[in-house]
Amino acid sequence: MYWYSPLNTHQRVGVAARLKVDIQEKSFRSSNGEVIDVLRDLHFEVEQNEFACILGPSGCGKTTTLRILLGLEGSYGGSVQLPGLAEPRVGAVFQEPILLPWCSVEQNVRLALPKRARGANLDALFRILGLAAMRTFYPGELSLGLARRVAIARALAIEPDILLLDEPFVSLDEATADQLRHLLLSVWSERPTTALMVTHNVQEAIMLSDRIIVFSDRPAHVVGTFDIRVPRHSRNAQVRADLLRSFHAKFSDRGVGP
Amino acid sequence: MPVVSTERRGAREVAPLPRSRRWTSSVMVLLSFAALLILWHIGATFWPSRSFPAPLLVLQKFTSETASGDLPYHLAITLWRVAASFLLAMIIGSVIGVFLGTHRRADQFFNPWLILFLNIPALVIIVLAYIWFGLNEAAAIGAVALNKIPNVVVTMREGTRALDGRYAEMARVYQFGALDRLRHILLPQLQPYIAATSRSGVSLIWKIVLVVELMGRSNGIGFQINLFFQLFDVAAILAYTLAFVAVMLFIELVLVQPLEHTSTRWRRRPA
Repeated sequence: MYWYSPLNTHQRVGVAARLKVDIQEKSFRSSNGEVIDVLRDLHFEVEQNEFACILGPSGCGKTTTLRILLGLEGSYGGSVQLPGLAEPRVGAVFQEPILLPWCSVEQNVRLALPKRARGANLDALFRILGLAAMRTFYPGELSLGLARRVAIARALAIEPDILLLDEPFVSLDEATADQLRHLLLSVWSERPTTALMVTHNVQEAIMLSDRIIVFSDRPAHVVGTFDIRVPRHSRNAQVRADLLRSFHAKFSDRGVGP
Repeated sequence: MPVVSTERRGAREVAPLPRSRRWTSSVMVLLSFAALLILWHIGATFWPSRSFPAPLLVLQKFTSETASGDLPYHLAITLWRVAASFLLAMIIGSVIGVFLGTHRRADQFFNPWLILFLNIPALVIIVLAYIWFGLNEAAAIGAVALNKIPNVVVTMREGTRALDGRYAEMARVYQFGALDRLRHILLPQLQPYIAATSRSGVSLIWKIVLVVELMGRSNGIGFQINLFFQLFDVAAILAYTLAFVAVMLFIELVLVQPLEHTSTRWRRRPA
């Protein structure tokens, strides 16, 4: 028997250390009235300051899960507990950068800050992300890779309790994506926080995360998890190839390809 | 030789200096106004008539009316009425438009009302406002605003429907305050619609203001024009009209265009 609530039940009691997701079901009604089950019996946790990746076939409900965590999806059955205080600060990097085109790079980042922290010193953040020279630029003047960096800067500037990333490196050429992954790691390592990233790229997940949570096809549930205990700095090409092999050995029948 | 000349022409067309182009365009404006004045003068000299005064006569009338203080007084009154009803119409119309754009049910319910108000002639609204609320300033300004509000509602409703929901979601995730959402999410997205409805609004409103003044006020340009119509003083009518048009042109050039330029600065830079 599930405890089922038709309401949105973000359980935010006191200080929680970990991210806890217990979703019994989430469905959409399509335009012709059909009910599409997106998530079913989805349960997973992410420890404090752990970097986890959600991996799964496209269209399986990864983004929906993230949207529920962001508080952007209404009715679903189950509960979600974010780490942090009663009002946790959530840093989000969406699939598209979603910067305000009429605000400069710096304004875009500062607007996300709470009112009291608007004047905070962001020099270090901009420097690490290589944006120091672009603070006065408008988003329309940036390449997609640079705009993504600004989105990452915005998510980290608020010193979030949890960082949620929805395929932040898609539609970039491999060199730019790889550079951005390193930037994300270096800026995240400055102040580690619980992070959950949606991706469909196994190599990316192996490079970045402590744990890979593998989703099934729709309606999504967790097929299994893959823990990576090797520290990030010692994950050289050889180690990553080994990890990839053992990942595929574990999930070979699940249709999760590289 | 022909090859050289086409090359030169081509180069000039492809890369004109922006500054020189602006300079020539303002020269063009001056030349065009001067030509109009000369034509007017020639016409008035060839067909002299009391109902078609020469430009110099209008200028004389303008200076004498200005010196007596009449023209500045009536001009100021009319400008105040234009400004008051413009602000009233923009604020009320925008609020209703954004509301209807975000609430589908309300939109369906109130849409017939909107069509009704869009199609009531300005004159009817003015007459009814004077009958119901008396010959006073509030009725005059309210009647003018009421004439413009439906247009503002329609434009702002379109603008609200075109809002990008992703910005609102971003603002929700990052817990923007109400004021920040208004200033940095809503208004910048509505800016082109606000600009469009303001442009058409000012020209519509000042025309209706003159009618309102003519029918029920004892001051303002509309009242004066009616007076000069009784006196058959065409020179004074033209002097008042041109003075008002000049003021509106000044507002357009000095206020509206630079404001628009700064608010859309982010759009102009190359990617």
